[in-house]
Amino acid sequence: MLLFLLVPTLIAVGTGFVDETGAFTWDTVAALGNPVVVDAFANSFGLSALTAVVGAIVGAVACYGLLGAREHGPLRAVVDSLSGVLAQFGGVMLAFAFVATIGIQGLVTVVLRDTFGVDIFADGVWLYELPGLVLPYIYFQVPLMIITFLPALQALNPHWAEANATLGGNRATYWFRIAFPVLAPSFLGSLLLLFANAFSSYATAAALTSQGSQIVPLQIRSALTSETLLGRENLAGALALGMILVMGVVMSGYSVLQARAARWQR
Amino acid sequence: MTPVAPVAHAPTRLVRGLILGSIGLVFAIPIVAMVEFTLRSGLAGGHDFSRWTALFQGGFAGPYRAVLVALGNSVGLAVGTVVLVLLLLVPTLLLVHLRFPRLRRLMEFVCILPISIPAIVLVVGLAPVYSVLGRLLGSGVWTLAFAYGITVLPFAYRAIQANLDGVDVRTLSEAARTLGAGWVSVLLRVLIPNLRRGILAGAFISVAVVLGEFTIASLLNRNTLQTSLVVVSKADPYTVVILSLLALTFAFLLLLVIGRLGTVRTGSRRRPTTGGQP
Amino acid sequence: MIQNQLQNRLENPNAAVAPIRAGASVRFEGVVKDFAGHRALADFDLTLHAGEFVALLGPSGSGKTTALRVLAGLESTDAGTIRIDGTDVSTLPTSRRDLGMVFQSYSLFPHLSAGENVEFGLRMRKVRGEERRARAAAALALVGLDAHYDRFAHQLSGGQQQRVALARALVTEPRVLLLDEPLSALDAQVRVALREEIRRIQTELGITTLFVTHDQDEALAVADRVAVMRDGSIEQIGAPEELYTRPASSFIADFVGLSNRLVGVVRHGFAQVQGVALPLVDPSQADGPVSVSVRPEDLEFSAAGAPGVVLSSSFHGSLRRTKVRLGDGTALVVQHGARLHPSAGERVTVRFTGAPVSVDPISAPA
Repeated sequence: MLLFLLVPTLIAVGTGFVDETGAFTWDTVAALGNPVVVDAFANSFGLSALTAVVGAIVGAVACYGLLGAREHGPLRAVVDSLSGVLAQFGGVMLAFAFVATIGIQGLVTVVLRDTFGVDIFADGVWLYELPGLVLPYIYFQVPLMIITFLPALQALNPHWAEANATLGGNRATYWFRIAFPVLAPSFLGSLLLLFANAFSSYATAAALTSQGSQIVPLQIRSALTSETLLGRENLAGALALGMILVMGVVMSGYSVLQARAARWQR
Repeated sequence: MTPVAPVAHAPTRLVRGLILGSIGLVFAIPIVAMVEFTLRSGLAGGHDFSRWTALFQGGFAGPYRAVLVALGNSVGLAVGTVVLVLLLLVPTLLLVHLRFPRLRRLMEFVCILPISIPAIVLVVGLAPVYSVLGRLLGSGVWTLAFAYGITVLPFAYRAIQANLDGVDVRTLSEAARTLGAGWVSVLLRVLIPNLRRGILAGAFISVAVVLGEFTIASLLNRNTLQTSLVVVSKADPYTVVILSLLALTFAFLLLLVIGRLGTVRTGSRRRPTTGGQP
Repeated sequence: MIQNQLQNRLENPNAAVAPIRAGASVRFEGVVKDFAGHRALADFDLTLHAGEFVALLGPSGSGKTTALRVLAGLESTDAGTIRIDGTDVSTLPTSRRDLGMVFQSYSLFPHLSAGENVEFGLRMRKVRGEERRARAAAALALVGLDAHYDRFAHQLSGGQQQRVALARALVTEPRVLLLDEPLSALDAQVRVALREEIRRIQTELGITTLFVTHDQDEALAVADRVAVMRDGSIEQIGAPEELYTRPASSFIADFVGLSNRLVGVVRHGFAQVQGVALPLVDPSQADGPVSVSVRPEDLEFSAAGAPGVVLSSSFHGSLRRTKVRLGDGTALVVQHGARLHPSAGERVTVRFTGAPVSVDPISAPA
């Protein structure tokens, strides 16, 4: 446990502070200020935020759609399993799926081009670059939202809706004055989890883009595998440190929100 | 029993159908595209099953042999990881539950922690650990089981802990001990049978996670299912989609089974409520 | 209005309080409600007089909660009408029926403080800032929680939460108060205290109240009239004393209070049971085999009577209940003073001191 969780984490972070001779240095951490690195963090932030927001909203709507379905019925069983596969298992295979869909010879690309005369790659092929990550990421963010947010939505006490009605409220007052405020911590918590999920995701991006490193995980890859530049391994440490800091902040926020949500939804 | 009244805030049938239908349709596109992709024959634009039959009749020969080997590696790894995690986790969780309930929050924190540490970060630190380990134990694929033990920990923990919370372990073990059972019998004859659903669910989810893991295997240069898929994709972009579809379907079925495990448990424990109200 | 009233109460707690306003009358007429093949209400009739406190009592599945929810508009009716003060409200949405309702538990809005919960209904009625807060505070004072205005549900005990829920239901001065097993999730002591509190407040405000419960002690203790439900309709309705002393059937006799079921034969206006002729409440009862219900307090140990053996005896404060098996195998519970302490195996003789509370003919097998 210690050996395989704490030691690697400490090494990962620690190597950010030493140079190739093993002496302590701030230089590698200072490399986090390098424009290329800053860009990568900005890209990762943008990608994670965009896909988290879209995923959270679409996922929440899907959860609402699932509200009436029986909890142990076949619909829920299928949706739960599909969500699990896409959110936690997809990774590499989602990359292939999107190559088959919106790759140069992908089904959607071809249909749009041949039938509607729309060339989605008119300005160049973007699937293998940063914009190409948006759709695959949303594809695994929505299922993750369903997994994390549906229990909160289901925990809404029907008595609250009924109390609202007996007190003279209507549907709108129920949603805006009761349901949304009660769900807010769960929703924001799920949003943060989605952000963290996209931010730390590596497989889909690695399988899709073999060149260039526009996001932080891919920069860590090139720092780890590049043998041309000495001292790059320590840059990986610095990047890892940066990621851990971001993840630490995001996940602390998540656990605070979760605690609040749990207190409200006995 | 009075049937449960419809939840006042649930959507109507029509709204639900519209929401789920449109989202489902959009999400089906990539899967449909994958299937269509594998059925293409030549540049002419026709469709047939030649790639599928070639793969299965060829008995995964030639370039796909590597995938089979990798799949074998991954399955072995999955089993090893599950055994490792269950052997450590089940007794620890029971001990914490029965003897050291104060440690529960710490236990939960530690078990959930790996979620906050991206695999890509773990790899940076695992690389030096594995270079040391390689000298001691060789660089076999199975050594990855240690690292994977960490990545599946949160999933296994949640599944088992959920079961643990639903069973009155303390009373059960006290009852068994008053009947003369020793600690070993209590564990094997009373506790584990009552926790088997959680343990099974934890095992299956761990298998799914291990089979789907790419980051660590790829950057430590180990040959697993996912890394071999990437290798194959460079040579044959069509067949790799077939393999992906198969893997996704397998994972889907695996999770469906996990879902059933949970359903059976809650289904048989439902008690009628007074007055028939929820 | 409620505010002045409550202000007055606060300043002068011992002053007699006149009802704030006369409550409304409620009338269910032939109400039917089906749930997927199960008939929850079957031709249900019930009238609540203005200002009356009626308890709906019954085993689970008897339809009592459905009756309340139909009145609240939380369930639709399949047939029949429901009138409040003579107006048919069957098709009116819940929000416009002007009712206050207290649920089983955990119905407080978790993101609002106790005070804000109480304010909610006033907010829906567009009552403005200062007045709203003042009225909410007064309603909280009515349930003894004025000091807890800013507490959230998770900071309150179960009993306190239900008090806040009561204040929330009452602050809008509704025409009818609906209580859906509000005490069932509470500890025994809190339950008794709160049920008396509910009755006190109900009497002060004079609000028509329908109280659903499966606990007969609760129903008998607080209600003006108790309606016992079975299979979707009312089996008997009456004052608690009436239900206890004159149950309409052996079902009621068993459900309300303890009773011993004995077989006997009616002949010439008397029930022959265990060789004793017991007087009948209704002497016109037809002759034939019957099953009679006898209260434990209508039995005593005496020198002469039916011989039997003590099985067990239990202590209930000022009294004891002793289980006896008679010669023919019939088991009986006898209630007596706590000074007498029969032990198991002891031989006793049991004497009937009162009439059976109910007599049901047994249809003899052909």
